[in-house]
Amino acid sequence: MQREPISSDAQWTFDLIEQYDAEIARIAAHYKLDTYPNQIEIINAEQMMDAYASVGMPLHYNHWSYGKRFLDTSQNYQHGRMGLAYEIVINSDPCIAYLMEENSMMMQALVIAHACYGHNSFFKGNYLFRTWTDASAIVDYLVFAKNYIGKCEERHGVDAVESMLDACHALMNFGVNRYIRPPSLTPEQEIRNIEEREEYLQRHINTLWTSFNPKQNDSEAESKPNFPPEPEENLLYFIEKNAPLLKPWQREIIRIVRKMAQYFYPQKQTQVMNEGWACFWHYTLTDKMYREGLINDGFMMEFLQAHTSVIYQPPFDNPYFSGINPYTLGFNMMMDIKRICQHPTQEDREWFPDIAGSPWLTTLDYAMRNFKDESFILQYLSPRLIRELKLFSILDKSSSSHLKVSAIHNESGYRQIRSDLANQYNLGYLEPNIQIFNVDVTGDRSLTLRHYIHQERPLAESANSVLNHIQTLWGFDIHLESVTSNNEIIKTYHCPNKTNLDVT
Amino acid sequence: MSFIIDRRLNSKKKSTVNRQRFLKRYRKQIKKAVEDSLNKRSIKDLQHGENITIDRDSTSEPYFQHGRGGTQTRVYPGNKEFVTGDEFPRPPAGGGSGNSGSGDASDQGIGEDEFTFHINQAEFLDFMFEGLELPNLIKKQLKSTTSFESHQAGFTSHSSPDRLHLTRSLRIAYARRIALSGSSSKELSALKKRLWQLEAEPVDDQSALELKQLKQKITLLLENKKRVPFLDTYDLRYRNYVRTPTPSTKAVIICVMDVSGSMTQSIKELAKRFFTLLYLFIQKNYQQTEVVFIRHHTRAAEVDEQEFFYSRETGGTIVSSALQLTADVIEQRYGHDQYNVYVAQASDGDNWDNDSELCHKLLKDKILPMVQYFAYVEITQGVHQNLWHEYKKLQSEFEREFAMQQVRSSADIYPVFRELFASKVD
Repeated sequence: MQREPISSDAQWTFDLIEQYDAEIARIAAHYKLDTYPNQIEIINAEQMMDAYASVGMPLHYNHWSYGKRFLDTSQNYQHGRMGLAYEIVINSDPCIAYLMEENSMMMQALVIAHACYGHNSFFKGNYLFRTWTDASAIVDYLVFAKNYIGKCEERHGVDAVESMLDACHALMNFGVNRYIRPPSLTPEQEIRNIEEREEYLQRHINTLWTSFNPKQNDSEAESKPNFPPEPEENLLYFIEKNAPLLKPWQREIIRIVRKMAQYFYPQKQTQVMNEGWACFWHYTLTDKMYREGLINDGFMMEFLQAHTSVIYQPPFDNPYFSGINPYTLGFNMMMDIKRICQHPTQEDREWFPDIAGSPWLTTLDYAMRNFKDESFILQYLSPRLIRELKLFSILDKSSSSHLKVSAIHNESGYRQIRSDLANQYNLGYLEPNIQIFNVDVTGDRSLTLRHYIHQERPLAESANSVLNHIQTLWGFDIHLESVTSNNEIIKTYHCPNKTNLDVT
Repeated sequence: MSFIIDRRLNSKKKSTVNRQRFLKRYRKQIKKAVEDSLNKRSIKDLQHGENITIDRDSTSEPYFQHGRGGTQTRVYPGNKEFVTGDEFPRPPAGGGSGNSGSGDASDQGIGEDEFTFHINQAEFLDFMFEGLELPNLIKKQLKSTTSFESHQAGFTSHSSPDRLHLTRSLRIAYARRIALSGSSSKELSALKKRLWQLEAEPVDDQSALELKQLKQKITLLLENKKRVPFLDTYDLRYRNYVRTPTPSTKAVIICVMDVSGSMTQSIKELAKRFFTLLYLFIQKNYQQTEVVFIRHHTRAAEVDEQEFFYSRETGGTIVSSALQLTADVIEQRYGHDQYNVYVAQASDGDNWDNDSELCHKLLKDKILPMVQYFAYVEITQGVHQNLWHEYKKLQSEFEREFAMQQVRSSADIYPVFRELFASKVD
């Protein structure tokens, strides 16, 4: 069905945006994209910089670091050192998308397809977002947070609140729950559990007494039990619940920062997928519009120009290279999955027997819903794409003065590259593994953290300043121990600073 | 269903508070940058803000991250000639992102060393005057205003016909007509309705009588209505103009400074601060401000700013030479009624003994009658010399036009400045 193009002018109007949006919505529905309702907002450059400064949120509590970010962005923008994004999209219900007023009509249409249907459906469908974020509540929560922190500033002074926020921000990455906690028990359940336990104990009491060894028991009693009994990886949560000196408002501030960290936690882990999904859909939706005749050749040329520059991956030796472009990787993987479904080769049948030849829409939808970057790459990166991107692995051991190419795009290297690349997106590898190990409950109340060293990677210098921040929150001495996999402490940090000792 | 909202008209300055917080937090560093830049700037050159550069390290927000070292595997795109097992020396650390191996800049958190941003003029002045407590400098009544400006201020009922405001007059007339004839209009329409009703019905005696009465009443009412004039004299409204005195929009500041050997560069810096303040203050009140620089040792000369502040002269001091030149400059170029003349004199108090009397006379007879204000600052740590004592005599005579103060250190400048100009508030 050939139809008239919606527009042929670069200038956008609200009417045209509405028309494009309606057409894109129709086609998106045709592809069964499930989205939140959209709220499309047109903003200008300065408002975009405001949004940048407040981590993309429509409103945010005040903090100097956002001012710093604003100054940085506006300085860079005004001197032409950087452009601003064409859009920002917020995981909320309705899904808020900011469109820049400078965009041409083509750009607005691209951005609507990308953000309002691509990202939007990802937010609604992906399991991480479903588990960890509540899209319908986020804006209300931001309002609450802003007002609450504003009130704290009035009551307790801007400086007190600021130092609290500084400290919390330093631990933001360590303020997320990585696994769902079991729901707290109701009193009835608690009582039932106690009864069950008693009954169980009673039944086994004889065996207990017969195997009772008094000597062993004595030595156990000597060593103090750890608190917390198991190491705690959510540092902010632990501090919020257990720090001895904090006032209620300070605990609430920690909670607010923790909630924000939790809200952003899925985004950090799904960058490749999220952008890939959005790029795939802006491409697919626009292509369909072109085939229906809704957009003309000029529009399509402009679109392709924009699209290809977004998904361009400079090679590693290019001066513009700054790591793997998540848009490129994500888009290519999505397209590759579609290809494997539609036109599988013999190789694809061997590597992906379960999806080769399956209906692509269902397969992609499944992939979007049930993975994060790490597992997505591990599951779906195909040998063909590794060849196309000419990926290779570099092994960098600080003990050696040479770098080693450990795998390239050949038969023996595919699997290794795939798992190396997946690891590159594993937050567990990217961030140091630091957990709360012990609180000296009966002694000086000092807090001991443990850094579990992975692949001999040490902590950066910043650790000392972070400890200062933790000390602000905890109120007593802080110790941090770097521990190897053999449970050997090789370096300790202290706050207040005794000399940092190298135990080795 | 999508909602499309135009947010462009919403407020843009969402980041203002955060920006202020940032400036407040790094006040010390910024203030230092401002002070450095102040020394480089011309005193006239304070119309714009300044790019402030501070150390990026001091603004960093620390978090736990990996340092260099350990074992890492990274995947790169765009392989050209490598095969598995190739080894090559590690490229230098911190190299450009183009280097293989160290390209993972984001991982190491390496950024630029300096953080540069722009502050505007108001903020610049804030920082400049910080610790000096910048008070409300404006809104001071400047005296000796010589020109008037007339502007519209409401409406009056009596004025000349050329100021008649038609719309307003007619509006009032209309309101009056409604007020005066409103009730009869209502009655009239009721009567007319009745009349039409009766006319439609067949005529009998009773209705004929009523018809007649109705017609009479209607004519009466119509006549009454006609008597309400369309436009009456008290409907007329005229534009009202008032004449307000405006300060003459031009001002000139004559900076007089002793540059004899006894004036060190640091004293000159203090004087420069003082002149700068004066310039800013005057400029806030006038659209156009000129500055004349007169320096003197034993002879006076009019010079440009650069020479005024930075050239070194030696020799004795005769203050009257400068005052004479000042008087001449004012007389010739800045006639009394077009310009507001301000004179600021800075000196370390040295003068040739016999000259001070002459200075007194020059000021009293020639200069003070012509100027808005004459401010004298003596920048000295020591005891006052004869010039101070001569000037002191003038103070009682010219309370409004003349003021003098001593400045000992840079901390005094602002308070002194404020005192010098505070006398005008009353």
